[in-house]
Amino acid sequence: MKALIFLLALLPLERLIWLGFTDGLGANPMEFITRSTGTWTLVFLCLTLAMTPLRLISNLTIWIRYRRMLGLFSFFYACIHFGIWLWLDLDFDLAEMWKDVVKRPFITMGFISLVLLVPLAFTSTHWAQKRLRRHWVQLHRLIYLIACTAILHYWWHKAGKNDLDTVSIYAAIVFLLLCCRIPYIRNILSRRSSI
Amino acid sequence: MRLNDQKQLSQEVTPKAVFESRRELIKSAAAGAFGVALAPWFSRDALASSSQKLIATPNPNFVPKEELTSYKYVTGYNNFYEFGTDKADPAAYAESLQTRPWTVTIEGLVKKPMTIDIDALLKLAPMEERIYRMRCVEGWSMVIPWDGYSLSKLLNQVQPLGSAKYVEFVTLADRKQMPGLKSQIIEWPYREGLRLDEAMNPLTLLTFGLYGETLPKQNGAPVRLVVPWKYGFKSAKSIVKIRLTEEMPKTSWSQFDAREYGFYSNVNPMVDHPRWSQATERRIGDPKGVFAPKIKTQMFNGYGDQVASMYTGMDLKKFY
Repeated sequence: MKALIFLLALLPLERLIWLGFTDGLGANPMEFITRSTGTWTLVFLCLTLAMTPLRLISNLTIWIRYRRMLGLFSFFYACIHFGIWLWLDLDFDLAEMWKDVVKRPFITMGFISLVLLVPLAFTSTHWAQKRLRRHWVQLHRLIYLIACTAILHYWWHKAGKNDLDTVSIYAAIVFLLLCCRIPYIRNILSRRSSI
Repeated sequence: MRLNDQKQLSQEVTPKAVFESRRELIKSAAAGAFGVALAPWFSRDALASSSQKLIATPNPNFVPKEELTSYKYVTGYNNFYEFGTDKADPAAYAESLQTRPWTVTIEGLVKKPMTIDIDALLKLAPMEERIYRMRCVEGWSMVIPWDGYSLSKLLNQVQPLGSAKYVEFVTLADRKQMPGLKSQIIEWPYREGLRLDEAMNPLTLLTFGLYGETLPKQNGAPVRLVVPWKYGFKSAKSIVKIRLTEEMPKTSWSQFDAREYGFYSNVNPMVDHPRWSQATERRIGDPKGVFAPKIKTQMFNGYGDQVASMYTGMDLKKFY
């Protein structure tokens, strides 16, 4: 099952490579691959956050076994998303990058999201979990904040053209997923499963 | 590029049948590798709408050295929010636009207000082909062979009064024809405007066609404006009304966010958009794909010789 999810999670990247070789990236290929990788970062972030509610509702712990891989895929697509920008947009000009990060709020939010993902990715191993114990749980709660900064990044990017339909849907999903963390709602979810 | 090359280019548009059969090939190849369900996702289709021939004389003053943007991209990658916000939406949904009968009303501070039918408008002045660069505020650009004549030819017919300082363009807004109107992205109808001297500048083109054919619906049929030294959104599509006023007209994007979209919106590499730099642009359809180098954006999109004098003494950072 894990292997299957792994292969499925690579499909969006394979598709981009395929489209790249078959002249299928459209009129503005740069925009297309940037937006596509951004979207998949967010999709995997939402999937990662969906595992706990699914566990509560179904009363099966199997979900948690996929959480790490999904989270790492979110980080994987975030790195590609960022890499495309740094390489193809900025030509690795770090000074230019820093100027953008400081000057443009939507880029600030994207950058914060990526930076915060890094410690989570690096401490995703069993070994780190054992070493950090209590702190591991606290550290990995950062994902709730990252979900918010990621949505803000997307929201502010789209706000300039008042094109908020799609990002509203993602914002609503993230909001619902975060609500599942509120103790009161958490209890309702797990009580439903024990009936 | 020489003029007779262009004639050839306009005939090199991929015939739809060939285009589609090639698409099928790619689709079936994709299906073999990833299963039939994923095939459509692995090959993205574009639609094109049918147009009629338009006879126009090439204007030798407007033949830039750059490669033309292919018909496929000029007609498949558009911002026309009346049909949706995605770049592919206009080509997919503009079929419902009724371009005939069509009249344009010219009113306001003019001696001879009139409502003129599209057929009369097409015959009002000799049709020219002009190849212009088109720079979108989003940081991408195209090179497009437009067909039309200077807007001044029409404005001279209605004789603007001395009190007229600005020209407002109102475009069609019909919920029945335009599915995008369901979302209140801006206050419909879409409105644009120019200062009278800008509108009278010979570069400002009242446009009826591209690539030697009448405008495809997704490109603002049957009549639109093309103002090549300003960001693309200043070039209003599917115009139904032209009003001459004394006050600066309220334009749609400026009303939505004046900080991001000024009234003037001249192409200017020195004035950044709040969310990105305008110093460079990406040329649509560059064969290098994702590795295409960015091009330096030119002041007034390279048309400074013809338009810069209109802004003498103006602080273009303030009047952006």
